[in-house]
Amino acid sequence: MKNLFAIRDLHVFYGPIHAIKGISLEIKEEGELVSLIGANGAGKTTIMHCISGLLRPRQGQIVYNGLDLLKVKPEDILATGLAQVPEGRRIFTRLSVEDNLEMGAYTRTKKSEVKRDIREILERFPRLSERRNQPAGTLSGGEQQMLAIARALMSRPKLLLMDEPSMGLAPLLVKEVFDLIQELRSEGTTILLVEQNARMALSIADRAYVLETGRIVHEGIASEMLEDERIREAYLGT
Amino acid sequence: MTYFILQFLNGLQIGAIYALVALGYTMVYGIIKLINFAHGEIMMTAAYFIYFFMTLLDLPYFLAVILAIVFSVVLGVLIERIAYRRLRNASRLSALITAIAVSLFLQTLYAILFTPDPRAFPLTASSFPVLEIGEITLSSWTLITIVVAVIVMILLQLFVTRHKAGKAMLVVSEDLKGAYLMGIKVDRIVSMTFAIGSALAAIAAALYIVSYPQITPYMGALPGIKAFIAAVLGGIGLIPGAMLGGFLLGLVETMTRAYIPSSVAQLSEGIVFVILILVLLLKPAGLLGKSEREKV
Repeated sequence: MKNLFAIRDLHVFYGPIHAIKGISLEIKEEGELVSLIGANGAGKTTIMHCISGLLRPRQGQIVYNGLDLLKVKPEDILATGLAQVPEGRRIFTRLSVEDNLEMGAYTRTKKSEVKRDIREILERFPRLSERRNQPAGTLSGGEQQMLAIARALMSRPKLLLMDEPSMGLAPLLVKEVFDLIQELRSEGTTILLVEQNARMALSIADRAYVLETGRIVHEGIASEMLEDERIREAYLGT
Repeated sequence: MTYFILQFLNGLQIGAIYALVALGYTMVYGIIKLINFAHGEIMMTAAYFIYFFMTLLDLPYFLAVILAIVFSVVLGVLIERIAYRRLRNASRLSALITAIAVSLFLQTLYAILFTPDPRAFPLTASSFPVLEIGEITLSSWTLITIVVAVIVMILLQLFVTRHKAGKAMLVVSEDLKGAYLMGIKVDRIVSMTFAIGSALAAIAAALYIVSYPQITPYMGALPGIKAFIAAVLGGIGLIPGAMLGGFLLGLVETMTRAYIPSSVAQLSEGIVFVILILVLLLKPAGLLGKSEREKV
């Protein structure tokens, strides 16, 4: 069977620096939650930028639904069904919460459907609903993360890329974000979760890849990796 | 007191024109971080368009202005396509030098085509009725200019806060990469921004040449520079900043000219620059700008 999503032998250079040294990664089927874990500077966000077309790799392939993503312009990636919750949230601080959601649905043309989705999303995120007319820059970190996720959902993605959604959040909020990820997954959204928080990521993922300085050093079933001595020592600190 | 009110209105009038031109600078800077030094020349070419439509085609002023807006929009969009687009990822200095080149090119082109001799614009403020409000007598054109400019600015503000494409423009200006992630067609938004900026410059030209009815290939340079200063004064990249900066600059300039002895009247131009330097020393990001460190 063909994979839903695959990265093959990806190489990225920043000038003379060989940042990504031939990584391969797959999402085998719809509804799968795959996690890419690694420390700061391992190259996680670099890979995400390649997927969203913001960065061109020197070599390799990124295929989604049989489509060569490296040939798609960055602004057309979203229309293929692939949305991103970017690192650092990248919410639009000067726009209101509601306008941020509207921008998430920018490529959709049916106004009435978009309006209905905004209503539904706001029901799902009551705290965003309370602040719907506030500039998004005035939200707290946790609320901004929720907004970034909600905004990505507005395009009705088939594959959701999440780049460090737990970054900079208090433990309670991290749990909230991970609960939400599980909820989305149970609704059938395929998710690629990039995380530094290995324990949390492994506890909810189906499969996982461990990235270390531009190379995949481990891969496997997430629950087995949680039990693996070497991984526990190196990434979970136990 | 009447003298003060009169000068105040005059200041608002020229300030409104600076504000319209400043909006073009600030919006373009906001989205592609380019100081479009050819923006003043859009104003100049618009003035020529209006002049020729009126004198050669015998069109009424209003119709000539509408046509000039259309032509200026086309010119502005073409300049971006031909000169700036391929430099989008080049160093800012290369783009800046290109903008200066486009500015000089248009000035020279018009000087060759239409000679550098000034042409008198057929319609002047004196052809509009004089208003007498209490002890103040002023041309109705002064009020028309202010009202038209304010209406245009309100429309622009509604567009960027209510319309999807207007919001997308704010998104591109805040976070280009984020805009790509939303599927926003950035090139189209950039073209749209040049189109709006050029339309505003053409409207500014239409208002300007009635009060200063002399058309030359270099007429865009000084108002262009002042509008640029206005944009920086208010906080470059910020639409409300350009409006505030424009009005403020017009007021300062008119007031200094009105209240300093005429023997040193030339100083008023200099005072504008002194104010700019002071503001930038105290608030480097402009009056409405927040000092932010640049994000990677």
